[in-house]
Amino acid sequence: MNISEQWLREWVNPDLTTEDLAHQITMAGLEVDAIDPVAGEFTGVIVAEIISAETHPDADKLRVCQVSTGSETVQIVCGAPNARVGLKAPLAQIGAVLPGDFKIKKAKLRGVESQGMLCAEQELGLSEESDGLMELAPDAPVGSDIREYLKLNDKVIEIGLTPNRADCLGVIGIAREVGLLNNVVVTQPEFARADVSTQETFPVGLANPQACPRYVGRVIRGVDISRPSPLWLQEKLRRCGIRSIDAVVDITNYVLLELGQPMHAFDLDKLHGGITVRNTNAGESLELLDGQTVELTPETLVIADESGPLAMAGIMGGEPSSVTETTDSLFLEAAFFTPELLAGKARAYGLHTDSSHRFERGVDFTLQVEAMERATQLVLDIVGGQAGPVIEVVEESCLPVRGDVTLRAARIQKMLGFELPADEVVRILSGLGLAVTSTDEGWTCGVPSWRFDISIEADLLEELARVYGYNNLPVTHIRADLVIPSQPETTLSARYLRRHLSARGFREAITYSFVDPKLQALFDPSVTPVALQNPISADMAVMRTSLIPGLISAMTRNTKRQQPRVRLFETGLRFVPGDKGLRQVPTLAMVVTGNRVAESWSSVSESTDFYDIKGELESLIALTRRSDAFEFRSAQRDGLHPGQTAQVTLKGQAVGFVGALHPTVQAELGVASPVYACEVDLEALLETQLPEFAELSKFPEVRRDLAVVVDKSVLSSDLMSNVRSVAGTYLTDLRLFDVYEGKGIDPKRKSLALGLTFRDQSRTLSDEDVNLAMDQVIDSLEKNYKAELRN
Amino acid sequence: MENLEPLAAQARSAISAAQDVATLEQLRVDYLGKKGQITALLKGLGKLTPEERPQAGAKINVVKQELQELIGQCKETLESAAVAARLASEQIDVTLPGRGQSTGGIHPVTRTIERIEDFFSAIGFEVVEGPEIEDDYHNFEALNIPAHHPARAMHDTFYVDESTVLRTHTSPVQVRVMETEQPPLRVICPGRVYRCDSDLTHTPMFHQVEGLLIDEHSSFADLKGVVEEFLRVFFEKELAVRFRPSYFPFTEPSAEVDIQCVNCGGDGCRVCSQTGWLEVMGCGMVHPKVFEYSNIDTERYSGFAFGMGVERLAMLRYGVNDLRLYFDNDLRFLEQF
Repeated sequence: MNISEQWLREWVNPDLTTEDLAHQITMAGLEVDAIDPVAGEFTGVIVAEIISAETHPDADKLRVCQVSTGSETVQIVCGAPNARVGLKAPLAQIGAVLPGDFKIKKAKLRGVESQGMLCAEQELGLSEESDGLMELAPDAPVGSDIREYLKLNDKVIEIGLTPNRADCLGVIGIAREVGLLNNVVVTQPEFARADVSTQETFPVGLANPQACPRYVGRVIRGVDISRPSPLWLQEKLRRCGIRSIDAVVDITNYVLLELGQPMHAFDLDKLHGGITVRNTNAGESLELLDGQTVELTPETLVIADESGPLAMAGIMGGEPSSVTETTDSLFLEAAFFTPELLAGKARAYGLHTDSSHRFERGVDFTLQVEAMERATQLVLDIVGGQAGPVIEVVEESCLPVRGDVTLRAARIQKMLGFELPADEVVRILSGLGLAVTSTDEGWTCGVPSWRFDISIEADLLEELARVYGYNNLPVTHIRADLVIPSQPETTLSARYLRRHLSARGFREAITYSFVDPKLQALFDPSVTPVALQNPISADMAVMRTSLIPGLISAMTRNTKRQQPRVRLFETGLRFVPGDKGLRQVPTLAMVVTGNRVAESWSSVSESTDFYDIKGELESLIALTRRSDAFEFRSAQRDGLHPGQTAQVTLKGQAVGFVGALHPTVQAELGVASPVYACEVDLEALLETQLPEFAELSKFPEVRRDLAVVVDKSVLSSDLMSNVRSVAGTYLTDLRLFDVYEGKGIDPKRKSLALGLTFRDQSRTLSDEDVNLAMDQVIDSLEKNYKAELRN
Repeated sequence: MENLEPLAAQARSAISAAQDVATLEQLRVDYLGKKGQITALLKGLGKLTPEERPQAGAKINVVKQELQELIGQCKETLESAAVAARLASEQIDVTLPGRGQSTGGIHPVTRTIERIEDFFSAIGFEVVEGPEIEDDYHNFEALNIPAHHPARAMHDTFYVDESTVLRTHTSPVQVRVMETEQPPLRVICPGRVYRCDSDLTHTPMFHQVEGLLIDEHSSFADLKGVVEEFLRVFFEKELAVRFRPSYFPFTEPSAEVDIQCVNCGGDGCRVCSQTGWLEVMGCGMVHPKVFEYSNIDTERYSGFAFGMGVERLAMLRYGVNDLRLYFDNDLRFLEQF
């Protein structure tokens, strides 16, 4: 809501500067977003009258005008098409300074002297654009300062109203607040009741009184629509952000701004039979004032006559019945529409108007007759005509009910934390227009018709706190019982894992949860992701089923910025649709590309490979203290290299994967070096085991190494499991310390070098003990894997 | 005996001249060993008279002792010289960078969330998380935002279908807590939230931390205390904090919280749009309707809730000047945290 400070001060005029006033209402909950001057900074501009206007001898488009300043006549050369004899326009005299520090000096235009400049609105900072000189009223006093005459030393106060404060969508409401905050009387401008000079009425019927319980109308015959909207009216509207259309529309907008009551004017001669406020019938459409024709839906409330819908109730009028230059008679409307039943209607048509904004939030339902009188008086004053009597149709039972609200003194103490003196409570609530009655426990309050946001005790507490001042309320420390929360030692936190990866050289990324469906399909083509109905853009249209696409995108953005080495991880939800419904799975993912370690004097530049990222995952798995429960198995996955991808299982359940990006995908993404990615369900990594102490052996260990040659297809993990299962109970450690393929080995085979460590708790192991175990291992490997010992 | 002194002199000079430990050892053997020359003199004592023996023996022993000490000293000197020479040859450039994996880092948003969690955990708040694809009921309805409520327009909601949205705040997590747990409650809910808005000052996804406290005696004064203290601890500054009446459907009274601009100290600058104040969070007393939805007795219990935008707090704390940097994941940005 933009409000002119001068307009506000016509109603209530506290002794405060603009800034103090703005601060005061901000701190009362009407947040001032901006304070802007209503005109540019300028001086030396007066009202002047053009006495003569002749064509410039050397320029067709220029005119040489003799202009009266009241005290003298000066010659002005002017290019405006509307520079004509008798026009009163602003004149920037010699020495004037216009917005932008533009100084007016004596000048010659094509050889003719000009002693100043006649101004357009734009040149005075009164509008964004203009197409000629500003035309002042015929009665504008020549010679007077234009700032004085137009009262331009005014400010626009822009208030960002919260949706609950519908009562402040008019000058009247803000004035009420300011009056209370300053203990200053609010004076509503007086206006005369319009004389009824014709008895003509027009039939009105309420077919849906729940949605429209009150409709006030009036016939005004014989208006002269050619009369312009007066400058004061145009200026008031302009300052509040509404463009002048014609006198009648301007008047309805004036009442909307002043009292908060949206109004509408129909061309009476275009109405047929009578007005009915009803729901749309099937198949009806309406051409709106903004030019578009809309198909009306059945739940839309319309103002209709016998020929069909005339206006979308409370939202926008229709073009065919609107007031035009040829209009002779008006039918004015001031209605009340029930907020809950109008809510969302405008939005359903993609509309949002000053009218719908107010009706959705709540217009004072007792205001319609007063608004009608106010508008009528202005119409008669400005465009003349004969007014008929006020037509009021009302269904009282459907009007909002304002029940009494109880306020208990004890509740003030409990909720606000202090005792507000009773007289202060009464002063504040009465000042807000509530009818306050004392009771044993506190007060009973009758709620005024303009407050749609007060119906329970908490609403009153808020009003008290707000007007008393939030910053005047006490501050205390919370008190509570100190309870020691549980600290399960077998649960790791995501935070712990993040720190772990960070310490291992990973940067945490946060990528959008919605991704490009095309990128998503590269990695998860079999899943139809959750799609947004209203995505922000096509490449952020579906919810990720994997963190990999987002991380890969983040990675490629970095490699394109000449970052050769990227190690990123992310934790977050992925959104997996399935037969049992959508699962939102906490997930951890990593991507790496580039060199294994950062470029350094001490390391050869080796490209990272599968085993690096696998090692990172294993380091996380090690934190769970149950590495044995995890298994890696060769797997195929879309987007990943078929020979370098493993599925990760925990106790047989798939919990993630690790692998290289498919070379074609990598090429498509434009990344030079191979990319490795890993994704695991976070939950699998968060459960850990309580440490359990095992006695330390006092006896020495024996280490034996063994190199065996087996087929390349033999999986090392299978072979190692086999060794573990046959090596006997003395085996305490088994390591694979070398893998060799190449010279000296059958090309279809590979050599695996194992280190076995044996130890017993109760004695030093003999050679025979260890030999026996080694023989069992060798036998088993020969039998199960056709292993040959390598020397 | 007469050749003791010349022998001793010869030995002294040979020992002193020795250049390595091996030569010294050889000299020790030559003079003091079983067949050494000094040892031979001792063996020759038998040829003397018993009267002469003690005196001569003593003299030889003095020389023997002296030579032993001399050898020891020279050995020590040579050894330490050898160690020094070896150490000198092993000198390295200790200013070269160390080896191994470089250290990574945590995203500033996570870093900020963790700090906020720490503050509130320390005063007994539990950290709770919830779904990001949320139903209409938990995101709106149970928070006193019925369909067509004007407040819905403030949320710029992403829709999955008619009754499913991307949560527009983390308040639905609080609703889920109230549904399942009994007061007193103290929780904070950090996480991603989504609004269909993207420009210089909005990203379609951002993070919030919302808090909820329900107890038999919690008041607006308590809320002010918690919020003021949190902001001072978070910014590690004695900041002016002010509460402005505002409107949220799920709290009443509701407030916006402003802090004195951390950039200019309240004088007015670009960061605070010349106002001297920065809006940092919203808060209020839980609306009775919200309690009713979750079957909490409004007569017995009262509570407050607060919510803050993590990116904004991180911007103010670390001086980040462009919201979009958070989700671009440029390493040059991430490496600064």
